[in-house]
Amino acid sequence: MTEEVKLMKGNEAIAHAAVRCGADGYFGYPITPQSEIMETLMELKPWETTGMVVLQAESEVAAINMVYGGAGTGKAVMTSSSSPGVSLKQEGISYIAGAELPCLIVNVMRGGPGLGTIQPSQADYFQAVKGGGHGDYRLITLAPASVQEMADFVALGFDLAFKYCNPAMILADGIIGQMMEKVVLPPFRPRRTEEEIRTQMPWAVQGKTAGRKRNVITSLELEPAKMEENNIRFQTKYKEIEKAEVRYEEIGCEDADYLIIAFGSMARICQKTIEMARAEGLKIGLLRPITLWPFPTDIISSYADKVKGMISVELNAGQMVEDVRLAVNGRVKVEHFGRLGGIVPTPDEVLDAIKQKLL
Amino acid sequence: MKQEIIIAGFGGQGVLSMGKILAYSGLMENKEVSWMPSYGPEQRGGTANVTVILSDERISSPVLNAFDIAIILNQPSLEKFESKVKPGGILIYDGYGIHQAPARKDIQVYRIDAMDTANEMKNGKAFNMIVLGGLLKIAPMVSLENVLKGLKKSLPERHHKLIPMNEQAILKGMEIIKKL
Repeated sequence: MTEEVKLMKGNEAIAHAAVRCGADGYFGYPITPQSEIMETLMELKPWETTGMVVLQAESEVAAINMVYGGAGTGKAVMTSSSSPGVSLKQEGISYIAGAELPCLIVNVMRGGPGLGTIQPSQADYFQAVKGGGHGDYRLITLAPASVQEMADFVALGFDLAFKYCNPAMILADGIIGQMMEKVVLPPFRPRRTEEEIRTQMPWAVQGKTAGRKRNVITSLELEPAKMEENNIRFQTKYKEIEKAEVRYEEIGCEDADYLIIAFGSMARICQKTIEMARAEGLKIGLLRPITLWPFPTDIISSYADKVKGMISVELNAGQMVEDVRLAVNGRVKVEHFGRLGGIVPTPDEVLDAIKQKLL
Repeated sequence: MKQEIIIAGFGGQGVLSMGKILAYSGLMENKEVSWMPSYGPEQRGGTANVTVILSDERISSPVLNAFDIAIILNQPSLEKFESKVKPGGILIYDGYGIHQAPARKDIQVYRIDAMDTANEMKNGKAFNMIVLGGLLKIAPMVSLENVLKGLKKSLPERHHKLIPMNEQAILKGMEIIKKL
């Protein structure tokens, strides 16, 4: 079968990709700007083809706890929401991380805090990569910058989540969710059979069989010594992820005098900024973190001695810039530029900011 | 070749769907395409706009500060986007929604009385396709054949019977657009 190029919104791409990559269940509650994810799934009716469950829960809290339950049985389950809804899910995400279960959470960010605005934002960076919920846990965080990546990161997110028994998040924003671009949908892969789940996920609660110990899914451990042991195990796993799973893209970095660090939609806008800068003879490069956690610390650090300055361009008041500064540890000037509350800067606005802050 | 286009007007005028048909037509010609709508409550009664980019190369930013072509369908959109047309670029406006004509002298301004024509055709729904026809006359970035293919792709099958009417509207638009 030849690959068919389709034109669709980022949100629609996520829904199609979920069905195609063999997801077992989606549980969600509508909120702009990501409602098309569930709408598209409902239109696709995957329960009639692959058997995937699609359910509109009574709330975001219910949805994430359905994900918790589904994940406990070894199923590939997901939820999606936008900023205020993802805040509601944080307790569940912490429990899922604490119980070491795989799942996929999609956050198509909008401006906050509070109910904020429905326009695009990247102000949930801290929430996604620094915690969000309580306790010492980490969320594998993927930042798509195109509709194609919205589609591709569904399977990638599930694969990483299952590889490490840890929740994974796709952290997108209203631009990537709402825009239409060309996309080649991933090939179909079947849902795991019950037998495959039993052999691949021996921890899953599938009904106890004779001759094996009871599987228990919990994040609770009242014995502090054991709870510390659990935490050490989590941290060991996180170190492993930090070693193996960093992903990033470099655009025009090799000869750059200045470096932009930007992710998601902002990285797309900054690509145009770079085109404009280079037309003026300014050598600016773009380093785009694809995984926000694990953060591409080493590669950013390696540029600290090669460039005259860095600027973190984000749709927020300065969040990722902290991780960039930690990476370079004072060896090079790191500035921040961002617009707030749903305002999206144009490519020339970014260029002006670079001239003002770095040159 | 790259065309950076803004289509702006009132919600309900078919701004977003006109952009969508343009994007689908670009897809039919194997171009790179990007369709970035303004979304939210403004779609329901307020101003709506969509940025469409058709390009032979990979598209960097879906968000733009300057446009090759602006299609302006109401006064607030003219005020917002007239200054954003690149020097030498094209501005097309519908006379019905605009009471103060564009003032810039360094761009090519075209007028298309699409609303009046749609009313004459007794088909308000033809409005955005008349405008699209005008655009394709001035800047033939996609062939009519591929627009019709794009229409087929973007319309649900139950609406395919409307395609001949849309073709007629596009042809009408090509006829009535005039340079100022």
